[in-house]
Formats: sequence, C-alpha cells, structure tokens
Amino acid sequence: MAWYEPLLAIDRRVLYALMFLAVLIPTLLPIGLPIRITPEVQNVYDRIDGLRPGEIVFYALEYDPSTAAELEPMAMAMLRHAFSKDLRVLACCLSSTGVTLVEDEIARVAREYDREYGRDYVYLGYQPYPGIVIMTMGENFRTPFPLDYYKTPLDELPMMRGVRNYDDVALVFTVNATSGIDHWITYGQGRYKFPLGLGSAAVMATNYYQYVQSGQLFGIISGLRGAAEYEMLIDKGTVARKGMDVQSIAHALIVLFILFGNIAFLVERRRRRLGRAD
Amino acid sequence: MGDALLTTIAAGLTLCVLSFLYRENPFYRFAEHLAVGVSAGYWVVILYNQSFTAKVVEPLRQGDALPLLPCLLGLLLFTRFSPRAGWISRIPMAYILGVGSGAAPPLMLQTLVVQQFHATMRPISFTADGLTNLLILIGVVCGIAYFFFSTRHSGAFGVATKVGIWILMIGFGATFGFTVMGRVSLLLGRVNFLIDWVRLIFGAGGA
Repeated sequence: MAWYEPLLAIDRRVLYALMFLAVLIPTLLPIGLPIRITPEVQNVYDRIDGLRPGEIVFYALEYDPSTAAELEPMAMAMLRHAFSKDLRVLACCLSSTGVTLVEDEIARVAREYDREYGRDYVYLGYQPYPGIVIMTMGENFRTPFPLDYYKTPLDELPMMRGVRNYDDVALVFTVNATSGIDHWITYGQGRYKFPLGLGSAAVMATNYYQYVQSGQLFGIISGLRGAAEYEMLIDKGTVARKGMDVQSIAHALIVLFILFGNIAFLVERRRRRLGRAD
Repeated sequence: MGDALLTTIAAGLTLCVLSFLYRENPFYRFAEHLAVGVSAGYWVVILYNQSFTAKVVEPLRQGDALPLLPCLLGLLLFTRFSPRAGWISRIPMAYILGVGSGAAPPLMLQTLVVQQFHATMRPISFTADGLTNLLILIGVVCGIAYFFFSTRHSGAFGVATKVGIWILMIGFGATFGFTVMGRVSLLLGRVNFLIDWVRLIFGAGGA
C-alpha cells in the first residue's frame, strides 16, 4: 500500500472527531492568540464612539438561535458600547424566531448599565415583511410599530417623544443573518440616505464588503472574528475573544486536511498517469 | 431545578442533532421534526402577538375599522382554493404585485447598480488608494468579460477573461474561508453550551 492511500480513505467521522477536539481543547485551555483590528470594524467603533451622549442609535438585531453563536457576542458588544457612551437605543428584530432572544439580550445589557426602559432604550419587537417595515419606518416609526414589544403605544414612552423617523436617529446598525441586509441597503439606506453599518454572519460577509467601498455602509463587522475585534475595542466581553483561539486552531486543522487531501490526490493522479504511460 | 431540566432537554436535543454526524438515525429525525414544528408554531404566536394584536385588534377596540380592509384582502387570497371563486384572489395579488413592482425596481437599480458603478469610477493614481481603485476596475471589467459568451475567449479578450476567472476564484475562496469561520463559530457555540450544561449538572450534583 502506498503512503498516501490511507489519507484518501480516512473515514469522515475521524475528521469530525478531530475537529470536535480542535474546538473543545482550546475552549477549555485558552491560549490568548493576538487579534488585529480591521479598518472596517474600526470605522464602526469610531462612528459610534464619536456620537454625543443622549443621541439615539437604531439597532436592528435580526438573527435567531441558529446564528446566535456568531451574532450574539456582536450584538452584546454593540449594546455595551452604546450604553457605556450614554447613547439611547431604539431596537427592533425583523426576524420572527429571534424576537424573544433579542429582547432578553437588550434587557440583560441594560441591567448591566442600569438603564431604564422607555427612557434610555425602547424595543419595538417584530413585524413581518422587512422591506415594507424598513420603508414605512422612514415615514414614521409608529406606522409599522404602533405599539412596542410590550404593547405600549410609542407616544407613551418618554424616549420616543419627538422621535418620528430615521431623521431623528444618529445612525442605523443592523446585526443580521438574514436577507434583511439587502432590504436595509436597498429600502433603507438607498431611499433615506441614513448612515448604515452592518454586522453580518461570516458566511454572508463577502457579499457586502463592496458596499463599504461604495460608501453605502460605513463599516462592517463580520462573524465572530469581527465581534472579537469589537470586544477588544470596547474592552468589555470575552465570549468572542475566547472563540478566536478555537477559530485559529480549527482553521489550521482544516488547512492541513485540505493540504494532505490535495497532495495525496495529486500524487495518486500522477502515478496513475505514469502507469498508463508505461 | 427548572433551569437544569430545560438546559438538559436542550443539551439532549443538541446531542440528537450532532448524532447525524455518525449516521442518520431516529433521534436526529425526532429533533429535526421538532425544530420545524416548534419554529412554525412559534412564528404563528409571534405574528399574532406582535403584528395582529397591534395592527388589527387594538385599532378595532378603539373603534377604527380600517384594518378590516387589509384583513379582507388577505382572506380573499384563500379563494384560490376554489375553482369557481379563484379569480377573486387576483385582486389582493394585484395589490401585492403593484406595491412590489412600484417600490423595488427604482431603488434596486439605484443602490445595487448605479452606486456600485460609481464606486468603480474613482481616480487612479500611484497612491495606495489609486492603485486599489485600479485593481477594483480591472476586477470588475475582467469579471464581467468572463460572462460575455458572444465572442471566443481568445487573444487579448481571452487574457481578460482568464484574469476574470482568477478574480472570481479569489472571491469564492474568500467566501469559503468566511463560511468555514461561520460554521466553526456555530460548532463552538454548541460546544460552549454543552460545557456549560456539564458544569451545571455537576454543580447541581455537588450541591
């Protein structure tokens, strides 16, 4: 048997087991590998850090349990940054299966900073058809959301007095793992020209970098890596930062799999060709 | 105790789903069907509580009957199930198509095409930004050239299409890299959850 043949016949379950160990071991024994801040994440941080206390940021937190592992640390970091800067937060979730998850996170971070509901932050909850909701919020937040998540009319909330539409918020930032990103770019920023930032699931990130270059997005935070960078910038939270050790080791393992697999494949192909030539 | 029980159920379901990595089995199918059913039920409840209550029930309580009109239009969609009355469903359908085709095309053209074109028409110079602009221009032109099939991909045009395919491959590679990162993050999320569960159970046992 040639040396490469076992490499081509490894049971996929062995690879799964190795991957599981590559994730488990650095989770239990963190290494603390360095993280470099990318310009796109720095832009988001600078934009929010430059706002004045009392200004309102609109956070559209649109993800659900299936992508929470990536986007929850990001959303928490964004909320912590806003509350630590005394900004007021207006939030919604246009993903139906994430509504209660997002509500829990906002309330948890608000408690950390002793923020009061209705005065320092408001959660609008969910409405269907994100494109229509985003467009009508440009006229008045009360059109798609006559009541907030807790069924209180928006006019009864102190923070919402005088707040009508996107003109009254400093910026919009969406943490998103849905096609809602396109809706925010097209029906939101495209129509109302507000500053828009994006925190996306890693799998979708490459589809949106061109909007940073064109100026349609002021920055982009992608996946757990972006969340780790943001945690470093605000110096709070460790969930994503700890995850970076795991990412590095798991990625190194995958690169090894790809290298060994391809080397073995190429050697075998060459031997076959030589065998045919003989 | 309640938290420990609920977390144990969630951990059990996580293990059921992960068992698929070994082979397809009834535990995995149970968890899969449960997830689909719960998601659908959850969506209905959220839709009723968040949308129907706010936009129909509350206004009706206050004497505003206008929300009944969109409700009626929505109900008319169900006439599609009747061969004789099916034509009525075209009324709400026409409304939906009218709104969609009125709102979407101008904005999509503006944001997805015109503004993206603008981003490729930036000054080219021997600065870092200028060279980046040149790289973007070459990438866009060569990438589009690859999808032009009305002429043979040979000569100078063939070189451009070859550059185009390399640009596309780099794009696919970046997407694959990000996808791997995303999937590892999701696995990490589950592993963290299982570790927390083990600690919770042992902690409870110790107490």
